Amino acid sequence: MARYGMVIDTKRCVGCADCVVACQTENNVPEGFCRDWIVEALDGEYPDLRMEIRSERCNHCENAPCVRCCPTGASQITDGGIVLVEEAECTGCKACIASCPYDARFVHPEGYVDKCTFCYHRVKEGQDPACVAVCPTKCMHFGDLEDPHSEVSKLLRSRPNHALIPEAGTKPKIFYLT
Amino acid sequence: MAKQFSRREFIKIGGLGLGGAAVGTGIAHSVLGGLGTSPALANPVLSGAIDGVVSTTPTVCEICFWKCAGWVHAVDGQPWKITGNEADTHCNGRLCPRGTGGLGAYLDEDRLRTPLIRTSAHGKQAFREASWDEALTHIAEKLQKIADEHGPECVALFTHGSGGSFFKHVLRAYGSNNISAPSYAQCRGPREEAYTLTFGEGVFSPERTDIRNTRCLVLIGSHLGENMHNTQVQEFADMVGDGGSVITVDPRYSVAASKSKYWLPIRPATDMALMLAWINVIVEEQLYDKDYVESYTYGLDALKHSVRDYTPEWAYPITTIKPQLIRETAREMAHHKPATLIHPGRHVTWYGDDTQRVRAGAILNALLGSWGRRGGFFYPNKASIPKYKYPKYPTPTRTWKDAYPKQFPLANLALANGICDATIPSPERDCSFKGWLVYGTNLLMTLPQPKKTIEAIQNLDLLVAIDLMPAEITGWADVVLPECSYLERYDDLRVSPGRVPAVALRAPAFEPKFNSKPGWWIARELGIKMGLEKYFPWQNIEEYLESRLGGTGISLDELKKKGVINLEERDPIYFEDGVQPEFDTPTGKIELYSTQLEEYGFDPVPKYTAHDRPPEGFMRLLYGRAPMHTFGRTTNNPLLTGLMPENEVWINRWVARLLGIDHEQYVVLVNQDGVRSNKIKAKVTERIRHDCVYMVHGFGHSDKRMRKAFLRGADDAQLVTRVKIDPIMGGTGMRVNFVAVEAA
Repeated sequence: MARYGMVIDTKRCVGCADCVVACQTENNVPEGFCRDWIVEALDGEYPDLRMEIRSERCNHCENAPCVRCCPTGASQITDGGIVLVEEAECTGCKACIASCPYDARFVHPEGYVDKCTFCYHRVKEGQDPACVAVCPTKCMHFGDLEDPHSEVSKLLRSRPNHALIPEAGTKPKIFYLT
Repeated sequence: MAKQFSRREFIKIGGLGLGGAAVGTGIAHSVLGGLGTSPALANPVLSGAIDGVVSTTPTVCEICFWKCAGWVHAVDGQPWKITGNEADTHCNGRLCPRGTGGLGAYLDEDRLRTPLIRTSAHGKQAFREASWDEALTHIAEKLQKIADEHGPECVALFTHGSGGSFFKHVLRAYGSNNISAPSYAQCRGPREEAYTLTFGEGVFSPERTDIRNTRCLVLIGSHLGENMHNTQVQEFADMVGDGGSVITVDPRYSVAASKSKYWLPIRPATDMALMLAWINVIVEEQLYDKDYVESYTYGLDALKHSVRDYTPEWAYPITTIKPQLIRETAREMAHHKPATLIHPGRHVTWYGDDTQRVRAGAILNALLGSWGRRGGFFYPNKASIPKYKYPKYPTPTRTWKDAYPKQFPLANLALANGICDATIPSPERDCSFKGWLVYGTNLLMTLPQPKKTIEAIQNLDLLVAIDLMPAEITGWADVVLPECSYLERYDDLRVSPGRVPAVALRAPAFEPKFNSKPGWWIARELGIKMGLEKYFPWQNIEEYLESRLGGTGISLDELKKKGVINLEERDPIYFEDGVQPEFDTPTGKIELYSTQLEEYGFDPVPKYTAHDRPPEGFMRLLYGRAPMHTFGRTTNNPLLTGLMPENEVWINRWVARLLGIDHEQYVVLVNQDGVRSNKIKAKVTERIRHDCVYMVHGFGHSDKRMRKAFLRGADDAQLVTRVKIDPIMGGTGMRVNFVAVEAA
């Protein structure tokens, strides 16, 4: 069984937000909402500065608090370890939103909770998620973390990297190369 | 990182005729149709509630001038998404956010819908809706009157964008050659002239910069990544990813600065001093490419003599960059030569000595031997597609240049500001401009000194604005013509310079919305009403395109299928691969010492001149780009507005503390002439020097017909009440304004 994850090279990323627009059109995300977003993390004082630019989204955690706390079972981990929300079973109670350390979820105007699906419909077809496919800087990589020969596994072995809020113990599956 | 943007009420995609169902839904279903397993989840993307047939139409993006080829995807004729064309070397299959969000240009409910004619009744002016026939007849009559009374040369065209080519044709057929684009004198004009003076040819667009092979990239105020010129940024990312060395000179810690080995936070307006000091180090330490300089350049001794006093120690108090750092970066550049690229910039109209400043960079490139070499500047290929054969145009008896005798001798294109100024009557001129056609350029934001622009407009007999959106200029027009978006029309072929010669096609993916029309149609119908039938032998655009393609071996049908065709016949692009090092300059050499500048009485080698510093209590106003917007053209785009709904003014943290300004507090900028901006959010940050502020251009629209952009953020052009004119080519240096910050 594949274990899908993402590796994002912060050295290449310019924070242009193409990933955000591509997701919105690909998945018809309602206007005013987004499933991925850009963070510019600045460190230091003028003129001694460092900045990490990150494209962030649902981390599709292995130990997903959103799935554990969902009272109806709408939030679930599906093929390849992708965390999805079954909209028909979602009552919009927002427990998952409160539990997510990454602030990755929102209530869709139609009443259910929505978030990144890793473009499950594309992944099933063997395509990269829309954000990965569109990125002009090719800073994003998607693949099977379980497969030692996958590009994502190789990158994680060869480059320093970190995940977000590892102390939350959620076992996130998005890694940032530094 | 809150997921909900604070937006105004927007068009909902559900309103497109899919009955509120997800546009992506239909697509996903048809794409997933053959899965064989029924998705377990009821997510609309997975369940496929709607059947749909996916169609793709080739397009060439019009959201900026990079003109990437892409595919417009529709489901049952309803828009879904736009993706890049894999075969296109402008994008390599990956569009930038603006191209990806290009559908917003089509979807925008605030678009111009029908022709408008200004009326005046009881002292009140208003627009009334008109038919195309009435509007074009009205324009043709007015143009005839101007031609009869003043001559056709008193009409000028301002243009920006693909469809402008058809209006250029109309104007030339009418008898005027006064065709200008603010992209010259308000943007890259000084760069083209500086490189032409030095190497005999310009940098062109897209730029002939070989960044993917560059080992040391020097950016002087160029914020790659924030200006999202697609393949240039792609190559920048490749280069950074491969560990290339970047030297960024910028008063602001730009995205590019954050990826640089060296960030030089220079005092604004002193770049020339730094570049002269670099030249000084490179010639004094003999770090230049000796064979290259000896074989191909003219004037090394004069250059050496001229820069002998421009030492790093001299530059230090001017630039605030330490001498050791100036030497170290000069050596870094020399170490990687000839794969060192001093980027020529794009928007370079800053301080009025811009041709000279850009030339200093050109001279550095010449010394390091990067022109014509891998990792420097390549020699572009261009597909040879003959122009349509029209009858000869009438010969104009006057041009805009007659208004400026003996001025701007090296202006090779018309000055938009020059035409604007020459519209205001003056006793020194026989004739002022009486008519403007304005295609796709919002002169109130693209030209500096908007008050002057309005004064000029008051003197016109006719102002026609052809636009997609109700930009500010349309509010001043006598006749407004609504062009359809690029997704609803054909345009002329894209034939651009680049490593690979190519032809690309823009075809309509959708029918024109409302009562809008394609530019080619408007131009042709107007031309016919003006009695210029003989200049429009083609009946429709497909006939025109087929005629242009005739003899190339490419058919329109093939282009419709492929979108872009890369030609096999290619010339080498580097000296080392066989390009003949020939330079179209008076000496036939790369001119370190410019004989043309000498002839016209300008400094043959750049010299440092000090620019005014901000008075006490003021900071220099700097402006730039954001990756998701193209000037003011996209700030109302429903797919892009949410990414950046308003601009912010960057203020150094210590300055903000002194002024008592908090982060995200709304402030007003007041310039040296007392002009006050719209309110703008303060971005209090470590990422900028204390003596300047920075904002993204294109916000603060004042036309309420653009509901999403109206009074969102502030307009920098409004604060540019002063300019310094480049005496060599007439560009308007605009970074010469100073602002104070007040709480809103």
